Amino acid sequence: MTMGNQFYPLLYGFTFYFFGLVAVASAVLFVTRKSPVAAALWLVNVMFCLAALYIMLDAQFVGAIQVLVYAGAIMVVFVFVVMLLNLGHPSELSDIRGKAGRIIAGVLGLALLAEVMVLARSQFPAQLTLPAAVTTDAALGTAGIIGPIAASLFRQYLLAFELTSILLLTAIIGAVVIGKKRGPTDAG
Amino acid sequence: MLAESLALSALLFTIGVVGVLTRRNAIIIFMCVELMLNAVNLSFVALSRLYGATGQVFVIFVMTVAAAEAAVGLAIIIAIFRHRRSVNLEDINLLKG
Repeated sequence: MTMGNQFYPLLYGFTFYFFGLVAVASAVLFVTRKSPVAAALWLVNVMFCLAALYIMLDAQFVGAIQVLVYAGAIMVVFVFVVMLLNLGHPSELSDIRGKAGRIIAGVLGLALLAEVMVLARSQFPAQLTLPAAVTTDAALGTAGIIGPIAASLFRQYLLAFELTSILLLTAIIGAVVIGKKRGPTDAG
Repeated sequence: MLAESLALSALLFTIGVVGVLTRRNAIIIFMCVELMLNAVNLSFVALSRLYGATGQVFVIFVMTVAAAEAAVGLAIIIAIFRHRRSVNLEDINLLKG
């Protein structure tokens, strides 16, 4: 579990900061690239770094899902739409807003960052009233990594899990209906 | 590593917000929203070490909603592109009074 954290704290810290810095740098590059394809690939890089951080934070299953679902499926859909609409070539006119817009966005961003940082430094309650779930390190040793996730997903959150399937079905039908090309004959 | 993770999460979320505010390309704005969702996921995972696996369950739900949102949102973008031949938000002003 937290083996690296316990026995190699220096290496763990270095790796953590490395992936964190790469994630932030990739995110900045993602926001500033003109070409949508380049932006999408930088975003994929951010997601890979986050997957590495999830694994370092003892969430190996979430890390794997991050690579499979986010970097693998969702971003492929984005790149596919960019290709479908033939937006790969950045137009001569950049889509980034003018100087005033960028300054306003920067000020708003700094204000938000300061606010969130202050909130993050506040004390967390020692005991949240969550549904009972066993996830101490000792329990992890016997239940494994996925066991606690499955236990709460299929017990406390079973209703939410089932509702998720309805959400996905609705999304699929909605996407097909919205994306359907209407011919000149059936204008409904 | 909790404090570092939360700080990184706040930083990534802010970069996503600045991206939404500064770009006009609808697809890139969508990707910025995905970046914000990822930042929140990092918070969930970091706090799940403290409070139990519930945080990781929520990350799975967030990913599901993100996938559904990407499918519907990109379908809307494709439908708009058919009408306007553009995904630039300045050109999409049908609801403007």
